Amino acid sequence: MSATSSVRPDPSPAPAAGPSTTLAFFHPTVARLTYRALLGRRRALILFALPALLIVISVAVRALAGADDSTANGVLGTFALATMVPLIGVIAGTGAIGPEIDDGSVVYLLAKPLRRSSIIFTKLVVAIGVTAAFSAIPVLIAGFVLNGNSQQIAVAYAVAAAVASVAYSALFLFFGTISRHAVVFGLVYALVWETLFGNLVPGARTLSVQQWALAVGQKIGAEGAITSEVGLPLAVILLVAVTGLATWYAARKLRSLTLAGEE
Amino acid sequence: MTTIQIDHVSRWFGNVVAVNDITMTIGPGVTGLLGPNGAGKSTLINMMGGFLAPSGGTVTLDGRAIWRNERIYRDIGIVPEREAMYDFLTGREFVVANAELHGLGRDAARRALATVEMEYAQDRKISTYSKGMRQRVKMASALVHDPSVLLLDEPFNGMDPRQRMQLMELLRRMGDEGRTVLFSSHILEEVEQLASHIEVVVAGRHAASGDFRKIRRLMTDRPHRYLIRSDDDRALAAALIADPSTAGIEVDLQEGALRVQAVDFPRFTALLPRVARDHGIRLLTVSPSDESLESVFSYLVAA
Repeated sequence: MSATSSVRPDPSPAPAAGPSTTLAFFHPTVARLTYRALLGRRRALILFALPALLIVISVAVRALAGADDSTANGVLGTFALATMVPLIGVIAGTGAIGPEIDDGSVVYLLAKPLRRSSIIFTKLVVAIGVTAAFSAIPVLIAGFVLNGNSQQIAVAYAVAAAVASVAYSALFLFFGTISRHAVVFGLVYALVWETLFGNLVPGARTLSVQQWALAVGQKIGAEGAITSEVGLPLAVILLVAVTGLATWYAARKLRSLTLAGEE
Repeated sequence: MTTIQIDHVSRWFGNVVAVNDITMTIGPGVTGLLGPNGAGKSTLINMMGGFLAPSGGTVTLDGRAIWRNERIYRDIGIVPEREAMYDFLTGREFVVANAELHGLGRDAARRALATVEMEYAQDRKISTYSKGMRQRVKMASALVHDPSVLLLDEPFNGMDPRQRMQLMELLRRMGDEGRTVLFSSHILEEVEQLASHIEVVVAGRHAASGDFRKIRRLMTDRPHRYLIRSDDDRALAAALIADPSTAGIEVDLQEGALRVQAVDFPRFTALLPRVARDHGIRLLTVSPSDESLESVFSYLVAA
């Protein structure tokens, strides 16, 4: 057989042998693969189901109880921000990298001259986008349904949800790089720590993404409409610190990711 | 010219030593990494591919460290053993994505798909592919940036004979073009057909190295054990022991058979039927009693 290869016969000149290993911090191909994988999985159904449930509840509450600020506060604070946003964060955050590491397909990303930090950063952006889209937007809609944005409650909770999306995505993306059981970790954190401990142990509330996000919401909402356990400056510092640290550590983890063989 | 240098490399997982002080050089051409399952082949390949840190020693590509050095992937193409590969994409989308991750475009992807002859199915979802098709698309993704080194972990596993032939042809071509191609296998015949150079690994240790003729000779020159039954075992035993190709004979009364240890394999195989004929002895059973791959390999370790 003649060697009619379409590959160049001389492999020595490496393609585009530039000195830098990456073009940018955000890689569109990594982003495309990530969101297609995220929205293509069965888990993604929860991404649609939870916001749908929130809106259904809101419509029902409005129809039965009429427009009421404290009811709106209850639905958006207890169900949306305390339960739905962290759950969506778990799905999007861990789902942005966990399954790839689990099944080994992450090799195709890692066996490339790409900076690990740019892979993590890109995945974080996608996870934030998905979490915010599936939490902040439905929260805004639900807020308008519940009380027509009276006291800025709808906007305040929507912004809080968006802020929480950033921190949750970073945190759960990090979980995805360190453990095969990232979803379980994430659920325990989201439900036990944020919801249960947060309500029982006063100190735990200071270390709660939900409270930090509420602090931001408090600032936006009308005076006294929304309350947080944490002051705004501290909340912002903690949000930035957690997001930054989790992202930095996830990139570091990816850099020395070990793939055990089949044997 | 690209060379992978493995220098006194060990790797242990907890108390288990997977790779034990191995030194070898993988140069241009096709090299087969041969060894039974669990010998440490994947561990070695993972270290060569930068997905595992050596516990001791160094793995370098033309003098550059491989571990934690993503620049190395400009020169390395990897075909992993695991199946998972973004099954929700079509073959073409997958290879294009791999090209883009290298900063290349659709042309590179098209060339790579042509090289593995997968254009005909490139628009089907990967989830619908057969094992052989997956293997070829994986190949295309590894070739997309025209690497000088190609690492393949058990590439022939689960392939049918025709697919195997095609892949061998392709790898041979890559080797002839001057690339450094390394593939692992636990099947001697596969390695023998394809590799010009063989490295044998057994139980984490480097057992042998050389061209396949040398390895083959080592394997056939080892002492062979046979279980032989005939209609006159003692007469046969007496005749066989007279020849230097026979190292020892035991009369196994329970089995009603002879246990023969031969040292010169070709000579013994010629001797046995001749002796039987000359002495009018009928051979009822001649069966090798230690032909398992593991025993062949473990002999090599001791050699």
